[in-house]
Amino acid sequence: MLAFIGRRILIAIPTIILISIFVFTLQHLLPGDPILVLAGEERDPEVLEFLREKYRLNDPIPIQYLAWVGNALQGDLGISFRTNQPVLELIGEKLPVTLQLATMALIIAMVIGIPAGVLSAYKKGTWIDWVANVVALSGLSVPNFWLGIMMILLVSVKLGWLPASGYQPFAEDPLQSIKTMLMPAFVLGTAIAATLMRHTRSAMLSVLKSDYIRTARAKGLAEHVVLIKHALRNALVPIVTVTTLIFGELLAGAVLTEQIFTIPGFGKLVVDAVFNRDYAVVQGIVLCTGVAFIFMNLLADVAYRVLNPRMGDK
Amino acid sequence: MSALADPQAVATLPKKQSRFWKKMRANPAALLGGALVLFFVAVAALAPVLPIADPIATDWGAVRQAPSAAHLFGTDEIGRDVLSRMVWGAQASLLAGVVSVAIAVCLGVPLGVMAGYMGGWTDAAISRVTEALLAAPFLILAIALAAFLGPSLTNAMIAIGLSAMPIFIRLSRAQTMVVMTEDYVESARAVGLKPLALVSRYILPNIFPPILVQATLTIATAIIAEASLSFLGLGQQPPTPSWGSMLNVAKNFLEQAPWMALYPGAGIFLVVLGFNLLGDGLRDALDPRDH
Repeated sequence: MLAFIGRRILIAIPTIILISIFVFTLQHLLPGDPILVLAGEERDPEVLEFLREKYRLNDPIPIQYLAWVGNALQGDLGISFRTNQPVLELIGEKLPVTLQLATMALIIAMVIGIPAGVLSAYKKGTWIDWVANVVALSGLSVPNFWLGIMMILLVSVKLGWLPASGYQPFAEDPLQSIKTMLMPAFVLGTAIAATLMRHTRSAMLSVLKSDYIRTARAKGLAEHVVLIKHALRNALVPIVTVTTLIFGELLAGAVLTEQIFTIPGFGKLVVDAVFNRDYAVVQGIVLCTGVAFIFMNLLADVAYRVLNPRMGDK
Repeated sequence: MSALADPQAVATLPKKQSRFWKKMRANPAALLGGALVLFFVAVAALAPVLPIADPIATDWGAVRQAPSAAHLFGTDEIGRDVLSRMVWGAQASLLAGVVSVAIAVCLGVPLGVMAGYMGGWTDAAISRVTEALLAAPFLILAIALAAFLGPSLTNAMIAIGLSAMPIFIRLSRAQTMVVMTEDYVESARAVGLKPLALVSRYILPNIFPPILVQATLTIATAIIAEASLSFLGLGQQPPTPSWGSMLNVAKNFLEQAPWMALYPGAGIFLVVLGFNLLGDGLRDALDPRDH
């Protein structure tokens, strides 16, 4: 197992290097002097010269890259010229907001998606299966920012049940925090629920055909025991492999959802950074999400091995 | 060699095709999907000749008017006809979907076939690049590219195409590896067929069906992606209409003019649903496992 984890980490390293090269290259895509980009609106020649030295812009590009990576490894992803905060600090500040949104969305997605997938596999070919599939396909086809807008129109404007925007830190007032986040989390969760439902359904279908399910039924076990304890537990194993897919969907969905509901999270940070030409922040976010993504991938691989010990040493 | 293999191929092809059409015709969901796609393609193609208002002509006397006989879908915040902007917006959406997937296929399939065919170091190198690309969630990648290249529909399509590429690399790599183990490929290699001929005659035709299915489904994702970028202001730039940017403006007028938000979103939903249904139908019809 340790050897397996070690090998997976070794494979991840070149990938991380490639991502860092990509992120570093981004700043060279910009026309003109990169220092003017890093400095934002600052035009004092002394400051520019200081930054030029700091980022070694007088050196050849490979040296610049190494210096940049060296800084990044020490947690220095540059400074946001808009707020004058270190990029990493800024990301750390916004991350809890998005994590709360993502967690709530994921819970909603699992509560809807997994039972729907089990039921539709169990009732394959009936109208229940048909309805579940139509709903799931619609969930995949509806742009979630439009769903968000329609929800605001219905729930906030017409019915006045929930606020249309705003954010309440969880630590200050948990109940109010969950209430304001409910609609955004639902909007984000439904898209994930559709993905989860489809994967649960196909995993359940293949598990339900297997011998041990027939054995469990032959033993005279109650149907719900067979379904939950024997079938679902095994069907959840392949679902782990779509974790990264779901992580990506959550992240992309969060960017849009935060934009619609004006939630001050990670997604709003990156969009605002783009419009303010706060390039260090954009670079920092791409780098962080890339590394997080690889880490999630690694975690999913390890979890898959733990859950599925029959897998060979491949 | 060709004399050996080709008659067989010619003999099986019509049979395969007729089975394909039979399956497609028997699948109402796939037919509905195909009809939706055809409808939107027709609307987008006919936009210049349809009897509709100028999509960028403003009319300050008709600001935010509810749907009526004069403006079937109402007007927007500066008096432009929403229906007309929808029709022209369909062009941007479909163009973005098709062009970005074309980019992904044209770059991804050759790389995937190369990785699967050659194996070894080539495969390892291509696989690492694929993983690195997969590690940047598409919207973040697209936002980054738009930020550094400047926002435009072209750059949005490039960003979407690049981020969809890894799916096609992986798929064509895996499919190529499967085809490579088939007896007919082994014998073709044994008689000394050149790699390029082998790839074009045996590998590409065999990996085509799953790639077609994936491409159809990816067009659906790409259309949502373009709408998302335009919604954020990073895709199609105003005043040229696009469904995403129409929604971006509409969200500021929800109370006064809900129709501005209703129709563009419904358009995205229907065209994406169409491609998803069509893709699922194609998968069922082309699946060699069940007959």
